[in-house]
Amino acid sequence: MILVVAEHTGGKLAKASLEMVSAARSSGREGPITLLVLGHGVAGVAAEAAAVADQVLVADLSELATYDAELWAAATAQIARAGEAHTVITPGSRSGREYAPRVAVKLDAPYLEDAISLSAHGDALRAQRYTYLSRVTETVEASGPVVVVSAKPGAFAPAAPLGAPGEQYDIDLDLPERRVTITGRSVEKSSRVALSEADIIVTGGRGVGNAENFARLIEPLADNLGAGVGATRAVVDAGWRPYAEQVGQTGKTVQPGAYIALGVSGAVQHLSGMGKSKYIVAINKDAEAPIFKVADYGIVGDVSEIVPALIEASRR
Amino acid sequence: MKILTLIRQVPDAEARVKLSGNVVDLGGTTVVMDGMDEYGVEAALRLREAGAEAEIIAVAVGPQRNEDALRTALAMGVDRAVHIETEERLDAVALSKVIAGLARSEGAELILLGGQEADWDSQALGAATAERLGWAQLTWTNELHLNGTALTGRHDVDDGNESFETHLPAVVTTQQGLNEPRYPTLPNIMKAKKKELRKDDLATYGAAPSLNYVSAEIQVRARLNRVIDGKDPQAAAAQLIDLLRNEAKVIR
Repeated sequence: MILVVAEHTGGKLAKASLEMVSAARSSGREGPITLLVLGHGVAGVAAEAAAVADQVLVADLSELATYDAELWAAATAQIARAGEAHTVITPGSRSGREYAPRVAVKLDAPYLEDAISLSAHGDALRAQRYTYLSRVTETVEASGPVVVVSAKPGAFAPAAPLGAPGEQYDIDLDLPERRVTITGRSVEKSSRVALSEADIIVTGGRGVGNAENFARLIEPLADNLGAGVGATRAVVDAGWRPYAEQVGQTGKTVQPGAYIALGVSGAVQHLSGMGKSKYIVAINKDAEAPIFKVADYGIVGDVSEIVPALIEASRR
Repeated sequence: MKILTLIRQVPDAEARVKLSGNVVDLGGTTVVMDGMDEYGVEAALRLREAGAEAEIIAVAVGPQRNEDALRTALAMGVDRAVHIETEERLDAVALSKVIAGLARSEGAELILLGGQEADWDSQALGAATAERLGWAQLTWTNELHLNGTALTGRHDVDDGNESFETHLPAVVTTQQGLNEPRYPTLPNIMKAKKKELRKDDLATYGAAPSLNYVSAEIQVRARLNRVIDGKDPQAAAAQLIDLLRNEAKVIR
């Protein structure tokens, strides 16, 4: 079987889960696609998962109420072994890429990290992935009785539902003790669409000037376009915006239909997080800014003049 | 106690990446210590300065040129270095066996390394190493304190950040924001030349690559590069919205 570890947040199945099912379907590997739902109070997630998977295994346990890399790895490896999975697919989110290597070591399996495509070549599984700050596309191959994969967010189209929902099975697990205690948590909630789910992203860079300008220029434009809000490392470091909005090497990697970069110069580290967007729009007063090299549409001008006009022009 | 700080040598972020045949060719490219690993070296030094009694050992697995990165770490203040010299490209699962083996033979209790590799874009080594050793792991830390064997701090997660508490032994991955790595001073660069840089044989660690690297290519996405003059903001804005709506069809 192909074991897919569902990602969910706030009681809802995340888009990444549908993308992983799509990755599984496109992998050319045989066998039922099994979604594993780990958590507590996840009946709703399991029902959503059943719409796209051949079967759903639900570990609804109080020990799994909050994420922990060691628990998630132990659970995934246990089920992979019990179900004789030949392929294990985990999310390419920060947490997914934190527990997937542990699963690979537990299963003595090779690990294809952050895959953007999958294909079967005989007994081997091939993945493409980006390297060198997303500037190189590598093809990597793994073989053996079981292969662990993490699927890059946004790289696979979300899977369409099946005609009939898959069966759901409740499972129990033998879990280790937690070794890491979380003593505080600050979740940066945004009323807007999450970056990983957004079709359009409006990002502000240092050229926006300050936090007030960011709120005055970037947010209304994003609202008019139904877009998510992104920020560069410089903006987050300056404390204008929360880390959750950061796009780039040390933030999120996104691949929206349109990425609108305002006052962003386009450092390599930032480009590595958004360079695969379908359309890139740049507005910057410096015509030599590297962002223009990767832009489809660019306006050379001052964001404080252009963006208010854009807010006006995009009002519906 | 002993702290291992893992060091990788990668192309400078601004350097152009080129291929020969179907592999990346670093010939003539400026290589530097991976910035993400530098935070780990600095973190180790600061833990000691804050009172931890520790011997700090820098470790690199890779070609001969990695000695430069190790010398930089020694000049920053690391006590000694271990270089496992190889031209072979080891994936994280394979490499974790080497690092875990070394951690065991040294009796290390803390391993620090960068959160993401600037060359292979991998985040896997820390977790894989922690699993092999049966240790706790903390990824993407931006604050770290050690009090006896109690390790506390803060780290970034998918949707925000968390404060954590755990105990040694542990693997911690580091990132920008954790600290400002120091520059080696000239006297320390001179001193570093006399510090021990031990060579270990890869074969003693029994690690074999688990992946087969098939090919690499540089895909440059063709962009329209259409530039609109911003002198008349209203006209420029109207034109851009029109292009996004009717040509790219990405907004309604």
